Amino acid sequence: MDFDLNEEQQLLKDSVDRLFASRNDFETRRKIQASDAGWSRENWGAYAEMGLLGLPFSEADGGFDAGPVSVMIVMEAIGRSLALEPYLSTVVLAGSVLRRFGNAAHRAEYIPRIIAGDMTATLAFAEPQSRYDLHDVALAARKDGASYVLDGRKGLVLHGGSADRLIVTARTAGGRRDHKGISVFVVDARAEGVSRRSYPTQDGGRAAEVELSGVRVPAEDLVGTLDEGLAIITRAAEDGIAALCAEAVGLMADMQAMTVDYLKTRKQFGTTIGSFQALQHRASDMVVELEQARSMMLYATMNVDEPDAMARATALSAAKLQIGKAIRFIGQQSIQMHGGIGMTMEYKVGHLFKRATMIDLMFGDSDHHLEKLAASDAAIV
Amino acid sequence: MDLRLTPEELAFRAEVRAFFDESIPQDIRAKLTEGRHPDKADMVRWQKILHARGWSVPHWPVEWGGTGWDAVKLYIFRDEMQRTPAPEPLPFGVSMVGPVIYTFGSQEQKTRFLPRIASMDDWWCQGFSEPGAGSDLAGLKTTARRDGDHYVINGQKTWTTLAQYADWIFVLARTSPEAKKQEGISFLLVDMKTPGITVRPIQTIDGGHEVNETFFDDVRVPVENLVGVENRGWDYAKFLLGNERTGIARIGITKARLRRVRELAALEQGGGRLIDSARFRQKLAAVEVELKALEMTQLRVVAGEARRERGKPDPASSVLKIRGSELQQSVSELLLEVAGPYALPYRDEHDPEGWNEPAIGPDWAAMLAPNYFNLRKVSIYGGSNEIQRSIISKAILGL
Repeated sequence: MDFDLNEEQQLLKDSVDRLFASRNDFETRRKIQASDAGWSRENWGAYAEMGLLGLPFSEADGGFDAGPVSVMIVMEAIGRSLALEPYLSTVVLAGSVLRRFGNAAHRAEYIPRIIAGDMTATLAFAEPQSRYDLHDVALAARKDGASYVLDGRKGLVLHGGSADRLIVTARTAGGRRDHKGISVFVVDARAEGVSRRSYPTQDGGRAAEVELSGVRVPAEDLVGTLDEGLAIITRAAEDGIAALCAEAVGLMADMQAMTVDYLKTRKQFGTTIGSFQALQHRASDMVVELEQARSMMLYATMNVDEPDAMARATALSAAKLQIGKAIRFIGQQSIQMHGGIGMTMEYKVGHLFKRATMIDLMFGDSDHHLEKLAASDAAIV
Repeated sequence: MDLRLTPEELAFRAEVRAFFDESIPQDIRAKLTEGRHPDKADMVRWQKILHARGWSVPHWPVEWGGTGWDAVKLYIFRDEMQRTPAPEPLPFGVSMVGPVIYTFGSQEQKTRFLPRIASMDDWWCQGFSEPGAGSDLAGLKTTARRDGDHYVINGQKTWTTLAQYADWIFVLARTSPEAKKQEGISFLLVDMKTPGITVRPIQTIDGGHEVNETFFDDVRVPVENLVGVENRGWDYAKFLLGNERTGIARIGITKARLRRVRELAALEQGGGRLIDSARFRQKLAAVEVELKALEMTQLRVVAGEARRERGKPDPASSVLKIRGSELQQSVSELLLEVAGPYALPYRDEHDPEGWNEPAIGPDWAAMLAPNYFNLRKVSIYGGSNEIQRSIISKAILGL
């Protein structure tokens, strides 16, 4: 048993932390957020140059095979720096589908371009009615000769406006909420019949609603087995949860540090407000929640490649639940203890709070995962 | 980074688990499973079994009976013992005064006391808290006045756990009344048979008798029973309290109680089973997830132990104390809920005849309300959870 980073991971962490901090200081980030794309190609190039876009991919595919700990390190740094680039959507989510389920042709075509920073991709799995149910898929794919024809709507596609490829779940058999009959396709985002409505999100990011009407996708762009796509998208969601747990811990650690700094410097009634026990004890409760969250981030990271699907799903639900709870507590207390300044757009803590809050609503909120765990007979402890 | 136990650690766990399963007397195991308290004979019997195996004081230095296990193995050992469940060795000897003696005591004190602590031939209790000195321990007023080759102790200690069984008590007393609060305190070892000591039981809200008041009236203690240096007792007390917090999360015990929740919630009651209620299952799952997180936190502290200076507890142990005590209480609350209306009848655990009478309600329900009442103590003792929050805010956050 060992919770330490090895030498390589420690080196990675040091350079990742430096890189993200230097490229995403608060003022720069504000400019990036206001730009057309909402993220920085220049930053993306720098991430590629450092090899960050290749971390989870196998060496055979041109990656570094650096494992879930390396992704955790990057996501924590993204959290702390509020970086806006599409690392989650491209490397983690689309990357999960391509590296775990893509055939040799898919991997050769897409993964090297992702690693080089020449292509971004994202996952289009949600629909207006689906809430957190990955199997709730109405968008239809109909076989027509050597192609599939896709018709329907996808929502909340992260960085969907700028992505070069969309990895789309489509209904190829059965009814809207059937677990079987879902298939996964790689779709060129600029193909005929794809229309994208891009918009800013609460946390400073970008997403898109995507309409597909009569989009023709060559049959070779089907990923995995026809009708068996739910397992693919479930796996991607699990990779997403582990990554989001790390991003959230990065955000929360920064909120906590900022709040403690504020308690030490802000003076009222002739003394620093950190001398008040009511605030000291709440700051201590934030430490408890943060440590518990960090523990579950590590637990999620260590379990994301667990071969037993039930054990893996249980571990990731448990982590998402714990971190969701911590997000609410640490986020709300950070704003409260900052007082009025915490309410302003010009101060970073509010932005950390907003991003953390949105993370709780991705891939199932705390209640969703609690219900899932409660309904299952798998052991949690 | 690898959270899995190594093959060697897994083999060790299997060995320990098998030993506990085979050696725990079934009557003691049943008592603990029902939430009853082991009595003195049970505690001694179990400690002697551990002692015969060479495992009564695994965390001690090897020359005094320790096993030389690293922090991970010590954790596995404790966790397995709690899960069995088997009685945890009385902490006052093996975890509190023992380490103080082998760290700060004289050679004579070591040879005289340590073997008898390890074998539990001596039962120790703790004379720290006083009516006016609880969380503010340094406010204690008991005095020890030097008189020739004796100290003469006068004062009152309280919350003396299981003093009714004790052969010895370790006492913090003021030897220099003029000195500042933390200075002028000494650490003394006192034979409970010394004239002038009176023990008076305190009944707690669960009806149990775990704690006492202990009065000292001109109690004469030979000077060779002073540990370390006169007036340096506060340092030894801080060392001792640091050790106290490391095992305080009690994750193994909470796991065993959760197992009990699942078992009892699967019984038919009121036309159904509680375990089939979605609301109950969610409460249970929420506690289990929090416990899993705490177990990871505990393992992080354990794995980091090798890097820490000996005797310096990780400030994160305050996190373990706060959340660990809250979880013990949450699970006792779930068990109370499982008991339902038949938690109501009161049975005196200390009346052996009463216990042999046919039970009023189901047997398994009898101790669930007393356990719930009793466990309110865990967020109060060992430095209340509010004290732990102050420790975090000072030691970790620097507020």
